[in-house]
Amino acid sequence: MALQTARPGCLPTILILVMTSSASWQPTTTPCARQARAQLLRQIREFFYARNVLEVDTPLLSQGSVTDVHLNAFETDFTYGHLGKAQSLYLQTSPEYAMKRLLCAQSGPIYQLCKAFRHEGAGRWHNPEFTMLEWYRPDFDHLMLMDEVDALLQHTLGTDSGERFTYQQIMVRHTGLDPLTVTHAQLTDALPGLGIDIDAPESLSHDDLLQLIFAMVVEPRIGQHRPCFVHGFPAGQAALARISTQDPRTADRFEVYFRGAELANGFFELADADEQRKRFEQDNQTRKQMGMPSIAIDEHFLQALDAGLPDCAGVALGVDRLLMLKTGATHIEQVINFPVSRA
Amino acid sequence: MANYSTNEFKGGLKIMLDGEPCNILENEYVKPGKGQAFNRVKIRKLISNKVLEKTFRSGETVESADVLDTELAYLYTDGEFYHFMNNDTFEQIAADEKAVGDNLKWLVENDVCTITLWNGTPITVTPPNFVELEITETDPGLKGDTAGTGGKPATLSTGAVVRVPLFVQTGEVIKVDTRSGEYVSRVQK
Repeated sequence: MALQTARPGCLPTILILVMTSSASWQPTTTPCARQARAQLLRQIREFFYARNVLEVDTPLLSQGSVTDVHLNAFETDFTYGHLGKAQSLYLQTSPEYAMKRLLCAQSGPIYQLCKAFRHEGAGRWHNPEFTMLEWYRPDFDHLMLMDEVDALLQHTLGTDSGERFTYQQIMVRHTGLDPLTVTHAQLTDALPGLGIDIDAPESLSHDDLLQLIFAMVVEPRIGQHRPCFVHGFPAGQAALARISTQDPRTADRFEVYFRGAELANGFFELADADEQRKRFEQDNQTRKQMGMPSIAIDEHFLQALDAGLPDCAGVALGVDRLLMLKTGATHIEQVINFPVSRA
Repeated sequence: MANYSTNEFKGGLKIMLDGEPCNILENEYVKPGKGQAFNRVKIRKLISNKVLEKTFRSGETVESADVLDTELAYLYTDGEFYHFMNNDTFEQIAADEKAVGDNLKWLVENDVCTITLWNGTPITVTPPNFVELEITETDPGLKGDTAGTGGKPATLSTGAVVRVPLFVQTGEVIKVDTRSGEYVSRVQK
């Protein structure tokens, strides 16, 4: 399989080497990378236009945010609120809640290309401000949505159709550990044999350990030649996915991995407002125990769920990472004009 | 002693691990979309010279190591210590045998070496990439015997043994790459 490049004759790597040593006012991208971004955005819009999925636009600043213990939002002050007093607004970590409010208002299938913000470190695959593609499909479950993600990757990267594994299958294959039955002690005991040396592993939660092992051992070995779809995550990592009706130990959540990148995360969306409120409150409890600030729950979102979210599946995909794969970039700074160090 | 947060990790940063100063070779930020963030680092321990991989929780702090590289000229050995001098300040410092290690065989008087100091004490001595040394002993090569023999061993004035081409003779000075221990060329005296 050959990845499509932006333009024949582009020599991104050589130019990048020149660019990264340049003055800090200059972009870290090459003209080729900028061309490739414009082309990719056009391809994405064409893909959804052909499928009658509506492009929408929702606020990046919102009064509520994710309670997820491992997601941190930038928080800012708004001193001109309509209630006459200052209020906190969060920069969105994804447009999920607002898009679901549109779905509850009978929007039908929708997608959005927008900036998302995460208050966390920068790295090879990470910039705190990044471009996200998120879309929702009423009447799809997560398996049907996986087909559509696969089609999008074929359309934009020219990949072969992806492989599919359950989380359990892929963990057993690469680590010998069954994620659905393994104990906390078995996970910590397995770390040295898997080449992971970390202090006080017993202080990590069961799911943190699973994620650590998955990220360090499984991810580098999957999706090297074609995209790898992993579904049926442990229920403890359900986030906003439904718990599976077939195996309640798992959630209807999937992730897509390709050439070292965690590319997309999708759910058969949880529609139960009470269950959703419970998960938010649980997260805030955990945050409190960990000495982290609790997060204002997005009441607009919960009210919308009360009104009724149609059965739907949704997925968020990192556009900068997609662009890295498309251009063969080895660092996200090669596809973002002004990464956070130069922002 | 100062601390570094994992956010400051990058190649070349010196940190303490298991009571030993270490050099970070590579740092990778690992953050599953819905999970805890980690930093996976490749580290060289500067005393034992072991390379290992270690994972930290992002946001953790580690103690910094007071490690400094200095360029000093080799003077002499008194049999126990190896004495170096800063050519600008004329300040002298002595490294022990452990710090010099195998690089002993590349120490040439007046050559400027890189001395790595930890809390002011030399822990490693790195010779220049190329040194010039006299051959003290090598078999006289037989004329015409040039085919595929891969040269012959030659003992140098410091005791180092390198493979040299057959035409090189005892008493000649040769240039050697200290990183590979390989012969580079003859040097005109």
